[in-house]
Amino acid sequence: MSNAFLYALVGVGLFSLGFYALIRHVHLLRKILAINVMGSGVFLVLVALAKRTGSALPDPVPHAMVITGIVVAVSATALALILMLKLFAETGQAALSDRRKE
Amino acid sequence: MEVITWLEWAFDAVLSVGLLWLAWRALASPDLFKAIVLFVSFGLLMALAWVRLDAPDIALAEAAIGAGLTGALLLAALARLRAIAFKDTSVPPPQFSKPQFLHWLLIFFLLWLGAGLGYAIWVLPPYSTGLSVAVAAHLDASGVSNPVTAVLLNFRAYDTMLEMIVLLMALLGIWSLGGFPPHTDMPTGSVLDTFSRLLVPVFILVAAYLLWIGADAPGGAFQAGSVLGAAGVLLLLSGWRPRVSLTQWPLKLALAAGSSAFVIMGLLTILYEGQLLAYPAAQAGMLILFLESLATISIGATLAALFLGRSSDHEENQ
Amino acid sequence: MIPSDYVAVVLLILGGIFFFSGTVGLLRFPDVYTRLHALTKADNVGLGLIVLGLVVQAESWFVVGKLLLIWLLVLFAGASASHLIAKRALHRGIRMWK
Repeated sequence: MSNAFLYALVGVGLFSLGFYALIRHVHLLRKILAINVMGSGVFLVLVALAKRTGSALPDPVPHAMVITGIVVAVSATALALILMLKLFAETGQAALSDRRKE
Repeated sequence: MEVITWLEWAFDAVLSVGLLWLAWRALASPDLFKAIVLFVSFGLLMALAWVRLDAPDIALAEAAIGAGLTGALLLAALARLRAIAFKDTSVPPPQFSKPQFLHWLLIFFLLWLGAGLGYAIWVLPPYSTGLSVAVAAHLDASGVSNPVTAVLLNFRAYDTMLEMIVLLMALLGIWSLGGFPPHTDMPTGSVLDTFSRLLVPVFILVAAYLLWIGADAPGGAFQAGSVLGAAGVLLLLSGWRPRVSLTQWPLKLALAAGSSAFVIMGLLTILYEGQLLAYPAAQAGMLILFLESLATISIGATLAALFLGRSSDHEENQ
Repeated sequence: MIPSDYVAVVLLILGGIFFFSGTVGLLRFPDVYTRLHALTKADNVGLGLIVLGLVVQAESWFVVGKLLLIWLLVLFAGASASHLIAKRALHRGIRMWK
């Protein structure tokens, strides 16, 4: 029994925390932070479970996927931030409104 | 040895609680600036967690990208947000009313989801080799001896190819909306100038080292690229601007080098080996190093180029 | 354990004490300037001691060089970052605690 399960459960916790914040917060910058925390949770589950090989070397395939994922996450975050700035410059609010513009 | 095991468990427990606590504080902090700083420290703790999970490759990428670059992007976005808000305060803050019972429904749903996921993980078999055996069996033919690099650049090189394209697409989208030009409301001063000029050669050296060592130890194109990107961001933040001639075709060439090299290599391998990115075993090591070098340049240029952009963009829209 | 291991343990524990006191200072000192003071002084020496502790156990000179380079870079980065923070704090008119 290694620390893999502990970190996998922390990953689930981070995912749930991020999900909660994603839905509760109105400000888009906070929603972007929340999505990043959710992503970290998913990465943690993937890598923690890759450690269960029973040998000293963990499974490298999830590791490679997570490295790819981190870089994709940062580019998606940058795109989301610039869209938020554009929305803010246009409408004066960094939040999504339920009502459509009449 | 007993003591060491106990210390490790204690460290893991403290780190786990710290991760959850920092994530919660970052998401719940009323001040946005504080939230971002807490998020950056959360990223640094994540890097520690990767080390504890025997994933030094990811730890390097997380420390440079997850904590460093994401933090710089978030802070740049916050500065722009405040600069726009300062000029235009006539719009009232948005009013959203959410019924209380929906809040409780959400908490109930998330507890249920978390418990379900936790249970699903808990009942997994304690040992599972996954694909590690298959990777180890073919490692000799991959041209490198670091299994993570072998997966990234050989066994699943198409992932990396598509990722280079994703990165380029994201940059195009960001540029077409103005980019994140550094927010300079005060001169940077001689200390930062000297510091960044001293450090950039070291950054380049470290990037080259990470790229080279990635063949048989933790490191590789992504880590090297993010170090290179960080050097560029540091220069841009300390007030340095590339000459206009440099931002035309030389920059575009650097941005497109990685994706184009992967596409060309993919076509050539389909022609000669009959399969996408299946290298001839004898030349695999050299071909991987070639692809990785171009990928490093592209990743570094793309990450730094996020901070290049038209600074007057939002002012035109006011 | 061989003698160099004992030296390493002592250096690492000393380094840990410096980090601990620096962190206590960061949390307990009254304003941004004193906190910076606590952080940079304690962490530079603390990291130095930990690097020395690892140098004693290093297997090759190459590793020693890398460790010392890390220390040097952190010294540079720490000094520059705290200079920037302090300058920014002065610029914004944050008063010093007396």
